[in-house]
Amino acid sequence: MIESLDPRITRANIEADSAIDPLTPLDQFQTFEVFHQKKRGQQHVHVGIVHAPNPEMALLYAKEQYSRRGQTSNLWVVPTSCVTATEYFDDDIFSTTEEKIYRDPGTYKVIDRIKAYKERKAQTQS
Amino acid sequence: MYGNAYIDPNETPEILQGEDPVLLAEFEARIQAGEKIEPQDWMPREYRKQLIRMIEQHAHSEIIGALPEGTWITRAPGFRRKLALMAKVQDEVGHAQLLYSAAETLGKSREAMINDLITGKSKYSNVFNYPAITWADSAIIAWLIDAGAIVNQLANSKGSYGPYCRALERICYEESFHLKYGHDNVVHLATGTPKQRQMVQEALTRWWPPIMHFFGPSDKISVHSEILMRWKVKMASNDDMRQQYLDMYVPKIWDLDLVLPDPNLKKNKETGKWEFTEPDWEEFKRVINGNGPCNAERLAVRRMAEEKGRWVRRAILGDNAKYTVPLA
Repeated sequence: MIESLDPRITRANIEADSAIDPLTPLDQFQTFEVFHQKKRGQQHVHVGIVHAPNPEMALLYAKEQYSRRGQTSNLWVVPTSCVTATEYFDDDIFSTTEEKIYRDPGTYKVIDRIKAYKERKAQTQS
Repeated sequence: MYGNAYIDPNETPEILQGEDPVLLAEFEARIQAGEKIEPQDWMPREYRKQLIRMIEQHAHSEIIGALPEGTWITRAPGFRRKLALMAKVQDEVGHAQLLYSAAETLGKSREAMINDLITGKSKYSNVFNYPAITWADSAIIAWLIDAGAIVNQLANSKGSYGPYCRALERICYEESFHLKYGHDNVVHLATGTPKQRQMVQEALTRWWPPIMHFFGPSDKISVHSEILMRWKVKMASNDDMRQQYLDMYVPKIWDLDLVLPDPNLKKNKETGKWEFTEPDWEEFKRVINGNGPCNAERLAVRRMAEEKGRWVRRAILGDNAKYTVPLA
């Protein structure tokens, strides 16, 4: 029996060389992706996963794991198996975004043209 | 809290044999450019293997590390310290879960990692094979072992594997509370009654050799360690981390007029390096291979927890449960 400095461990009467059967698949359940909202009005942000047998317990573990400090207003859990993601090796599908400058407000320079127009008008009137 | 991963210096694998040179070049270029590797990316076998080993050892260290300090929860002096210690121990278990998750993304299941822990196949940080004999030991652990862990974890958080970095950022943030809490406890004892000072001095004397072991023996310079550095798996040499640690904490210990049990410990003004008596690496090997004062107890407690909880986990496991490797 283990004689420990921790009285709780001594009381548990544990054999020192107690081999156990190995854990089998799903012993540690499936995983859920956790999304955390800090304050009302903000986005939920992905913070990590928990292992849990069902969504209710996943929320319980998510609270213990991801809201021990700071502010939390809301948590979501989603089974990992329900997430569909793009592939990293396909990330060139995003590579042309920066070329699409017509989607960028900063590329519209109307002030310059209005100024030029006004200068021309002033010249014709004088 | 965690020391450095123990890499067997005698292992000389044919690290890059059979790897696709084009993919390997892309992989290395990405790391060179400071980008992170994500779980779905192509990676060399050796990168995956070393990361699994390292993150898994780190996770085990967190979960086993909760045990020596947990010893003192029932007898913590005062309610506030009891609350704080429970919070710290809960953090350590939470860190284990974050790290197991990061390792899982590399393809080793949590069940497999726990099996390797409880059969003694996987290692964990050697310091946790020593007992916390008094309350002062728990104070020294919380301050000086967690301080070592922070040195190591801050370095590793700048590594190349995305999930590990993300877990470490959260962990480092929480460890800063552990460090403050531990320092507060040590200062309380060191500035207290003669009996309290004696307690904390004795605890420090007991823990100094394991602390000097904490970052592991000097690295053998090898092709293997150079590749792991280039891949940002290993971020700093064991000696560099030990030096950094001594620089940060020895002055703070001396500041309290506590004595470190090494007459040769001093900073060489010319080299800027700390000099010390070489730690007993035979003792380190003996303990890491299972013959320390608490190895048997630590693993027996883990086995009991897994075994006694098994029927509950089985009872609540739904019929349609299906495991999917986490994404990030």
